[in-house]
Amino acid sequence: MAKVPVQFTLNGSEKAEFVESGTTLLNALRDKIGDTSPKGGCHQGTCGACSVIIDGELRLSCLTLAETCNGAAITTTSGLAEGGVLHPLQRAFLDTFATQCGFCTPGMIMAAKVLLDHTPNPSRDEVVEALSGNICRCTGYEPIIQAVLTAARANSQNAA
Amino acid sequence: MELRKNYFADVRKDDLHEIGQPRPRSDSPGHVTGKTAFFADRSFPGMLHLKMVRSPHHHARIRSIDTSQAEKHPGVVKVLTAKDVPHNVYTILILIQIGPEDETVLADGKVRWKGEAVVAVLAETERAAQEAAAKVKVDYEVLPAVFDMEEALKPGAPLVNEYHGQNYYLYDSGECRKVRFGDVEAGFAGADHILEQSYQSSPIEHAPTETTGCVVAPEGNDRFTCYTNTQAMFFTLDNTSIILQMPGSKLHFVGGTVGGGFGGKVDVIVEPIAILGAKLTGRPVCFVYSREEEMQISSPRAAEKVVIKDGVMKDGRIVARKVTGYTDAGAYSRHSPYGAQKGAGHYPGPYTIPNVWIDTYCVYTNRTPSSAMRGFGVTIGDFALEVQMDKLARLIGMDPLEFRFVNAYRDGDMKAHRQPTEGAALIECMQEASRAANWPVAEKYMAMSSYRKGA
Ligand code: FES
Ligand code: FES
Repeated sequence: MAKVPVQFTLNGSEKAEFVESGTTLLNALRDKIGDTSPKGGCHQGTCGACSVIIDGELRLSCLTLAETCNGAAITTTSGLAEGGVLHPLQRAFLDTFATQCGFCTPGMIMAAKVLLDHTPNPSRDEVVEALSGNICRCTGYEPIIQAVLTAARANSQNAA
Repeated sequence: MELRKNYFADVRKDDLHEIGQPRPRSDSPGHVTGKTAFFADRSFPGMLHLKMVRSPHHHARIRSIDTSQAEKHPGVVKVLTAKDVPHNVYTILILIQIGPEDETVLADGKVRWKGEAVVAVLAETERAAQEAAAKVKVDYEVLPAVFDMEEALKPGAPLVNEYHGQNYYLYDSGECRKVRFGDVEAGFAGADHILEQSYQSSPIEHAPTETTGCVVAPEGNDRFTCYTNTQAMFFTLDNTSIILQMPGSKLHFVGGTVGGGFGGKVDVIVEPIAILGAKLTGRPVCFVYSREEEMQISSPRAAEKVVIKDGVMKDGRIVARKVTGYTDAGAYSRHSPYGAQKGAGHYPGPYTIPNVWIDTYCVYTNRTPSSAMRGFGVTIGDFALEVQMDKLARLIGMDPLEFRFVNAYRDGDMKAHRQPTEGAALIECMQEASRAANWPVAEKYMAMSSYRKGA
């Protein structure tokens, strides 16, 4: 099958790969590039576990073809901690016990990051809305919502 | 968090250091950084993908299987049928003497539920495996199927599973698990009221966010490393060893990281066939359920039917209880004989009843095999029992919470299955629930104790 070149930045570093045409970004990231932080829960756009950020927007990597990402800037949960220091969202997920099995966590953190990037002080309803595409079957939604609100508070305190 | 120290005040030792203290979870740092290694996060060069050809029928004889077109499909490396599996008929709980072996790894001569695995295809890519699976031709002779437990128990019903010979699991106690305590008919005869009700539930899917699967890597020394999300590591190791007729020393299972299980990952389904694929090809193998397979193929919680007949006195005492429980195992046993048995022990509920009669049946039907899920065997039973308790309270005009105090088991009470009650705390829980929910009960109930009999 025909291979196509793809080139993008992943968490700030340049990546280039040949993939089969039709390969999803999820599979390209996980199987080719080795970033397994986006998870495949359904491969059909219904669970949110594969969420990544492409050029500032929240996207489902299982429904995005790798070849459409040429030149894009992609962020995944594995790239959030800087020099071993956790991102405020990661810290908040730890502190509020917002992880159970952890399979939905990277996707949740991506959705939350896009929310906070656009809306630094969201209301609870805005948090719920922003996470509505992410399923947590361990159903720890309440601590996850608390984690996002906690991270937002931490952000605004740092900014002040 | 507030600790209520007034409960069990005279017997408690206040040496708790952890309770009430937040402690960081050891797995959270991995989860929030994306570093936790789930099974599917491992991949190996040359890894093959396994896809199953599944039965489109609920019950059918297999006349023939033609894999020739699939074998020729580009990218296909190996196609497996029943004859390739060293010990093809197994049952998970054989290790705790729950037999007979009644389930095939790959169907042999017959399928007993819609979705049953018939042929395994191993190919270079998931897509090639999927396309080739669609080219396997299976000629079926469709047989009459049975989907209802009571229908399945009637004489003349289609026989679901020949390894059992009848549509129920044969316990050492006979066609059902039995509990007999006191004289239930005498209890009913002396009761002020009788209430008989039946309760029913559908199968429930666990739907974990991570689907069931494993990745197998053949090691150079004839050993196999299997990365799996099983919830039952040792059942999986031992059953794989039986199915593949391979000593356990050749099998190295790596697990413990499960992306949601809820009981749905205790069956031994994906690992043996993936390891066999790795053995026969010498290549790493990945077998992971699609979301559709997770919903349709993985075991759900069993459908259950519970018929409860209670005799109750005007003062609130339950004097007799008769329960008939049915657990729908689907086509194969898996964990259901054990679930049905748990129900038998459980049905009196946390109540002391002097006359009890319980029969629980584990029934075979042509439905998806059911298995473990959070408190299986007792969860649906509890739903039925507690709804029944509310109905009984209403029948005699008593407050439903006070009604439960009257019947609550206490230390020293003999349970129907002949275990004396020890360490009961139901009364204290209800006292606290009464406070927390602002549902007051009479003072005499607030003064009761699980362990001080006079109170
Ligand atoms: S894997 Fe992409 S939404 Fe589920
Ligand atoms: S923590 Fe398990 S799915 Fe969310």
